[in-house]
Amino acid sequence: MSLIAITEVKKRFGDNEVLKGINIDVDPGEVIAIIGKSGSGKSTLLRCINGLESIDDGSILVAGAQLLPDELHLKALRLKVGMIFQQFNLFPHLSAGRNVMLSQMVVKKTPKAEAEVMARKMLDRVGLLHKFDAYPDQLSGGQQQRVAIARALAMQPIALLCDEITSALDPELVNEVLAVVKELAAEGMTLMMVTHEMRFARDVCSRVVFMHQGRVHEIGPPGEVFGNPKTPELKQFLGVH
Amino acid sequence: MMEFSTWDILRNLLLAARWTVLLSLVSFIGGGLVGLLILFMRIGKLKAGRIFARGYIELFQGTPLLMQLFLAFFGLGLFGINVPAWLAAGLALILWTASFLAEIWRGCVEAVAKGQWEASSSLGMGYVQQMRWVILPQALKVAVPPTVGFSVQVVKGTALTSIIGFVELSKAGTMVTNATFLPFTVYGFVALIYFALCWPLSKSSQILERKLNVAHRNH
Repeated sequence: MSLIAITEVKKRFGDNEVLKGINIDVDPGEVIAIIGKSGSGKSTLLRCINGLESIDDGSILVAGAQLLPDELHLKALRLKVGMIFQQFNLFPHLSAGRNVMLSQMVVKKTPKAEAEVMARKMLDRVGLLHKFDAYPDQLSGGQQQRVAIARALAMQPIALLCDEITSALDPELVNEVLAVVKELAAEGMTLMMVTHEMRFARDVCSRVVFMHQGRVHEIGPPGEVFGNPKTPELKQFLGVH
Repeated sequence: MMEFSTWDILRNLLLAARWTVLLSLVSFIGGGLVGLLILFMRIGKLKAGRIFARGYIELFQGTPLLMQLFLAFFGLGLFGINVPAWLAAGLALILWTASFLAEIWRGCVEAVAKGQWEASSSLGMGYVQQMRWVILPQALKVAVPPTVGFSVQVVKGTALTSIIGFVELSKAGTMVTNATFLPFTVYGFVALIYFALCWPLSKSSQILERKLNVAHRNH
């Protein structure tokens, strides 16, 4: 059974239909890259899966549980699916360690000592244990994004959604973040990532989704999507003629 | 005719200034508490609360404080309720202060980046948890300088209560003038005392603004 089942999902902002019926099934352990021009609806799709945007039609199932817009269901869903953002969105008033501890303590009611052990473990996993007491504005963009990943992981999600997580980074910082993501993929974490890093998508992902004008235009293994694009839109997007 | 020394004048004014300080404190603290309530209605999820809070803020910001004092003092009298001047003054100033603080603080809450809401949502936090642990701690830091700055307005606002007969610094100034026939001296002192109360407040607002804005402004 698929871990994330997206069926005929539609989303409208006013008159603008951003998602026009999306169908994607994600198996456990799959790494899905979503590519496409800006405005094609790829970020909106991720935000719908996490309930940050409500859907107008269709259904999203995560591990068999339906996504419903009330707070109780949303919370249950968000415990299963973590999200990482382009702008990191670390809590600036808390140290890196506290950032990772907060939601464990507040949402899961984990005792402080236990949350701290988990936070240290997760920061160690992204290579930032030594920054436990540093505040976000003392960290580089790449480090902040790695803390954000540790923060999401500490909630022990079964899948992670990554929304252009390297787009706000200086070029030399991109790799340290991608290396962490690659490691997660290797450990079997289910990932859905909107990305502009085509090489990464090609190397790491099990399937690539090309979105165009609110629809899944092409979907397939990276070799196929990148090596043998079928539609003129994808060819144009990839710059092959 | 009786002679008044400069010390007599100053002493009487300083004694009355105690009431200005007390009224300012009551208005500011009371206004802060009511303002917090209005703030949560204004940014809350309940539509009726939002509409009420907006109406409240527009009403109290859109009418002169003097009218509010008159209405509190004379208006309740119409219903046979005898309102002492101190009560009318305190009540009107609390409600007036609340309307401004609620609006100042709303700006501070909205100044917290949208991504903070989204990140905390995606971690499974509910509205109250987000407010308590993520949004308010950040908004509070932004709020300190304008809040302290507004306290100056409250201090000066208390002068209006002299009109309904509350004996604070301004009213005392009028009374002492009537007895001494030295308006320039008396009101000069009155102005100086107000300045001595307000200047440290505006200065500390400036200092706080600079302090909270330096490199590690977020901790």
